[in-house]
Amino acid sequence: MSDIPLNTSVSGVPEAAPRQPPALSTGPVAWLRANLFSSWLNTAVTLALGYLLVRWAISFVDWAFINAIWSVPDNQTQACRALKASANPGACWAVITEKHRFILFGTYPYEEHWRPALVCVLFTSLYVVSAMRRFWRWELLIVWAVTLVTIGVLMWGGVFGLSYVPQERWGGLPITLILATFGLAFAFPLAILVALGRRSSMPAIRILCIAYVELIRGVPLISLLFMASVMFPLFLPEGVNIDKLLRAQVAVILFAGAYLAEVVRGGLQALPKGQYEAADALGLSYWQKTGFIILPQALRLVIPPLVNTFIGFFKDTSLVLIIGIFDLLTAGKTAIVEPAWQGFGVEVYIAVSVIYFIYCFAMSRYSQNLEAELNRHRRR
Amino acid sequence: MSQTATDPRRLRAPPKKRLRLSWADERVRAIVWQVLIVGAVVGIVWWLVRNTQYNLEVRRIATGFGFLQREAGLPIGETLIEYTPASTYLRALAVGVLNTLKVAVVGIVLATILGTLIGIARLSKNWLLSKIAAVYVEVIRDIPLLLQLLFWYTILQGLPAPRQALNPMDGVFLSNRGLKLPSLNWEVGHSWALLAFVAGCFATWLYAKVMRRKQMQDGQPRRVWPAAIGFLIVLPAVFWGLGGAPWTIDWPSLRGFNFQGGMTISPEYFALLIGLTTYTAGFIAEIVRAGILAVPHGQWEAAQALGLKPGVVLRQIVLPQALRVIVPPMTSQYLNLTKNSSLAVAIGYQDIVSIANTTLNQTGQAIEGIAIIMAVYLTISLSISLFMNWYNNRIALVER
Repeated sequence: MSDIPLNTSVSGVPEAAPRQPPALSTGPVAWLRANLFSSWLNTAVTLALGYLLVRWAISFVDWAFINAIWSVPDNQTQACRALKASANPGACWAVITEKHRFILFGTYPYEEHWRPALVCVLFTSLYVVSAMRRFWRWELLIVWAVTLVTIGVLMWGGVFGLSYVPQERWGGLPITLILATFGLAFAFPLAILVALGRRSSMPAIRILCIAYVELIRGVPLISLLFMASVMFPLFLPEGVNIDKLLRAQVAVILFAGAYLAEVVRGGLQALPKGQYEAADALGLSYWQKTGFIILPQALRLVIPPLVNTFIGFFKDTSLVLIIGIFDLLTAGKTAIVEPAWQGFGVEVYIAVSVIYFIYCFAMSRYSQNLEAELNRHRRR
Repeated sequence: MSQTATDPRRLRAPPKKRLRLSWADERVRAIVWQVLIVGAVVGIVWWLVRNTQYNLEVRRIATGFGFLQREAGLPIGETLIEYTPASTYLRALAVGVLNTLKVAVVGIVLATILGTLIGIARLSKNWLLSKIAAVYVEVIRDIPLLLQLLFWYTILQGLPAPRQALNPMDGVFLSNRGLKLPSLNWEVGHSWALLAFVAGCFATWLYAKVMRRKQMQDGQPRRVWPAAIGFLIVLPAVFWGLGGAPWTIDWPSLRGFNFQGGMTISPEYFALLIGLTTYTAGFIAEIVRAGILAVPHGQWEAAQALGLKPGVVLRQIVLPQALRVIVPPMTSQYLNLTKNSSLAVAIGYQDIVSIANTTLNQTGQAIEGIAIIMAVYLTISLSISLFMNWYNNRIALVER
């Protein structure tokens, strides 16, 4: 083909009139035309939204950065209050500068703050390591056990020359991470058992599991937390007293167990029936069948919804505020009780939101990537 | 494995063997396991009940629901039914249930509308619009609801006092006492008009059904909208006119330090409503988007090839198929919203949890108080899921 000269007309066919080059189909201008200004309506929407967005962004930057006060000398908040009442208001980030140690670590002894800080780092690295697929081996369980013990030692102290810190003085981010992590670590095995029980052929066990799941899912978490804080002491024999954090932890585990059980059940149901029958045909016992054939496949199917449940559950730990446990959100709320700092709630809540957002956003991105990766074989 | 009656393996199942009393018999093992587990559960429950009874006796806490008839003596800010602190606990709890329903029903309606709009916006061809919707969904879903509620409540409390209230429109005032709106003085004529409207809805539904049946018989499409206008607009208007055409608006106005007249939306209710609506809308948007994406592209193309108009394609082809994907997860979002309304206790809106909590603090009857909370939510949850299951069955695909 290449040796045929261009512009030669085939005999008998009149030469075509020179045509206009096609409209731009690549490059930034074409992209703008296709995505922002493809029709009159689209152009109007783009312009209106763009205008609103720019206006909002300018006022936000003014409030959060340009007019903001970043620190004030020893709790003198008059400058902040004057700024708040002025016509051109600004944020008072001084409240964060002043209170960030309290928001993050609560009433933990000030000079020992490196311990809860290290605990947060340990928790976060534990999450990161568990998220990597190359570490998905049974040795990971040992890593978990060792890390959790280390965390307990760091928080309580009393050994290796660390001073003892009673549990009442813990607070802030470590409490949120403890509630979420221990909650998951115990709720997950419970959820697997309940999900298996709900699909069991033994009627009594099935009914027990259904009753548990439906009861817990039908009531709000708050009512379970109330139950943990006011009814648990009545349940136990006289003299036995469990501390408040542990009671809340039990409520959180029971709650998460029911929701995770439903997710796991979804995976068990989605598995082709042939897998069950093949395992039966090999003569495996129930537990061999479940442990070697069914669960590894079923859990893999539901990893993305599991991570989504984890996210919801991480956010739900903030509800312990209502029964007065000192987690991250409670610490934030308490930080602005002091008269000097009253009225700066918006700044504190934004700062606390950022922390929650970082954890949840990381999990949600991870879940999306994992879903894409696990579904790669389905893609054409 | 399966226990369903249609399983072909059951038809070929070998004749039942006699039960042998041996560990090798699967049925014996099943019975032993069940007896053991049920026994353990019953034992634990019995132990807990015994402890509770003993503890209640020691602490001299009365049991039973007798306290419901006693005078409550707790003030409630917002009530839908008549209530004074001299009313009984039962009435106080009823007020709480109604307040919960008030925020849940309005929240469900608003969240559905907002969520659907955002879900559609995310699918828009306009890049800016879809990106803004995506950022909204991501941010709102990754921050705890309780934190958002506290945030909104702080903002509403930070608004100026009534004297410097924001006045975006005539008769609308936004201050730290809440939102003030003009209201209609309710008279008999309005009740008649409302009744006529409800009757009109029913008549329209019946008329549409009859017309559809006729269309099934002779294939001729019939217009429903002229009759609908008659039933839904003209009929109520006639009754309103017959009732004397009452129309007096109560405008709020500043007297002294607070507003007089008009309708008030308290800051607590307003914050809870904004928080619940915007939070749940983020989840509903994702459900709507997934539902629309789940309809294969071929369906759009096939419908267009048949020469259907775009509106008909959306209404008759795409929407019914998308709804099948949308309805089940939507049900759980509605249930979540209702259960999340219990967070009202953190910002001081007096819903059932808040009032039951005060009740159990005043009377010391913790078990009864928590049992009431759980019973109320279980009832609401079951009602919503029954209704949504009925709706889901109605729109579900009928196969063979």
